[in-house]
Amino acid sequence: MTEAILKIEGLKTYFFTEAGIVKAVDDVSFEVRKGESLGLVGESGSGKTVTALSVLKIVPKPGRIVEGKIEFKGQNLVGKSEKEMQPIRGSEIAIIFQDPSSSLNPLYKVETQLKDVLLAHQSMSKEEAHKRIVELLTLVGIPDPEIRMKEFPHQFSGGMKQRVAIARALALQPTLLFADEPTTALDVTIQAQVLDLLEDLKQKLGMSLVMITHDMGIIAKMTTRVVVLYAGNVCEIAKTEDLYEQPRHPYTALLLAAVPRLDRKKTLSIIPGNIPNLIEPPSGCRFHPRCKYSDAKCEVGPPTLEEVEPDHFVACYRWKNISLNGENTIQ
Amino acid sequence: MTDASFIQVKNLYKYFPVYSTGVLTKKQVGRVHAVDNVSFDIKKQETFALVGESGCGKTTTARVILNLIEPTSGEVIVDGENIFEKFRSSDKPEKLKIRRKMQMIFQNPYGSLDPRMTVSDIISEPFVIHGHVPKEDRSERVYELLKLVGLEEYHAERYPHEFSGGQRQRICIARALAVDPEFIVADEPVSSLDVSIRAQVLNLLGNLQKTMGLSFLYISHDLSSVRQISQRVAVMYLGEIVELAETDELFDNPLHPYTQALIEAVPIPDPKAKNIKARLRGEVPSPITPPAGCRFNPRCPLATKECREKKPELTEIRKGHFVSCIHQSIA
Repeated sequence: MTEAILKIEGLKTYFFTEAGIVKAVDDVSFEVRKGESLGLVGESGSGKTVTALSVLKIVPKPGRIVEGKIEFKGQNLVGKSEKEMQPIRGSEIAIIFQDPSSSLNPLYKVETQLKDVLLAHQSMSKEEAHKRIVELLTLVGIPDPEIRMKEFPHQFSGGMKQRVAIARALALQPTLLFADEPTTALDVTIQAQVLDLLEDLKQKLGMSLVMITHDMGIIAKMTTRVVVLYAGNVCEIAKTEDLYEQPRHPYTALLLAAVPRLDRKKTLSIIPGNIPNLIEPPSGCRFHPRCKYSDAKCEVGPPTLEEVEPDHFVACYRWKNISLNGENTIQ
Repeated sequence: MTDASFIQVKNLYKYFPVYSTGVLTKKQVGRVHAVDNVSFDIKKQETFALVGESGCGKTTTARVILNLIEPTSGEVIVDGENIFEKFRSSDKPEKLKIRRKMQMIFQNPYGSLDPRMTVSDIISEPFVIHGHVPKEDRSERVYELLKLVGLEEYHAERYPHEFSGGQRQRICIARALAVDPEFIVADEPVSSLDVSIRAQVLNLLGNLQKTMGLSFLYISHDLSSVRQISQRVAVMYLGEIVELAETDELFDNPLHPYTQALIEAVPIPDPKAKNIKARLRGEVPSPITPPAGCRFNPRCPLATKECREKKPELTEIRKGHFVSCIHQSIA
């Protein structure tokens, strides 16, 4: 097994709002291994983005990390001050956001935005920075980089903007890249281009990639291992193939069965009910009110992750007693 | 489903003027070719899907069909009546009569419900406008509609903000059904919903169609949901229909290079699925100055000199399978 580059243990990130404490991430643990593509999958409010923001320690107010350990290359990031985080952010761990139109500054030329990143972390001359920017834009497939770098973000299309955002994230050659729904705002044909680009770059630069998405298709295409989140908890961690082949958590199985597939028609199974409120989440297993397998035990205490088979973990009391093959019947 | 067409769209055009940004003068400098010679028909009790990427004109087509915006030219015949003519010549009661036949469900259930009205007010507003349900029966009818879409009676007195996205979309569906329509336009009805909720709404739409005999125009960029819900599909690119066929035929045997690329670009939720590299380069050109000849030629892997000069026509290659590509009509 390759070594872990990032280890998250018992992470709790809460938002202290007037309405109450929102337990957005509640006792999440997983690791990211060197050079792997890990998928972080879940619906809105499952805590996938907040987990990424916690690692970079850019959780917006009124949220903060309450408890837990984030071990990156042997050092715990949770206790680090803002000043100590600066050299890690960008140069060690970088992030690409969902909407490139709002993550780029509309007032500055692309060149300026990339130069800022380079000069803030590295000592280089303006000429060197210029050369590096051309290199970066070429790397992400922007034609005529010399001309395009003088333009403002609004002169780029959505897909091209996301390429600029990727170039900015890669400027300092991070070892770990979070991609938070990087293609949700893009059209399918452009999405395919951007996903191919991320895959190529990951290979070329040998970094670890954490792909955050709700799209089970992107997870299947891009990742080798998956962490399934539900309402701030980890439900299941497995190799991608194992997860699709034999999901162990009822939520994972239902999620897979609820997704329409392009290559065949099937009856969509329904996950009854709604995503729970995270101010007063359900007791015990957070999925139990929507789970048809739940019994009295599920309502009491939260289940812990158990290793079902090598490298396949599930947090469910009843995994031994239930057979989930039926959920994914294809008709 | 019967063979007779219920709705016929004939040579529909919609251009939007583009003005120069002078301080005092306003001069038209061009026009957006949003919908360019689009023709299709929808049968009774059929779900007809329009798919395409953003900006291809699918929503504009729908809005023109419902006469929410004026067409530049063309005809729409609903149940034997030319509705544009009717809208131009008739008085208000006549117009309302046509409106009662056709309803719309919008993409964003957060924006399409008035936050100051209770659910009961929202659903009974059509009764007030059309006057087809007497006052004393209205609350009873609201309860019936709520049940039909899977909500409860006590929801009637609540406000939209008290509901989740999926429930709000159900309210929108109930409102559309309030006038006993025969035809419903659903414009990306599930794209703002979470994966686990999407299946609920898609199944609801499918069931309603079966039980109430509705015709649907389903608009979406999500090909998987189109395959799931529709019987026939038209693919749009830059304001034009490039391919039209029965759903299974289109997905199993796509003929237009754009359709092929579009289908390939969708990630399949199965890690064992073949991983195909994106085959389309570049992006959708501006609809203000669409390319001459076939509009897809700048991105098409098959493009020849002829494609740049001659505009292909939508021709029937096989029974019910239309495609607009010169390479297909030769073969």
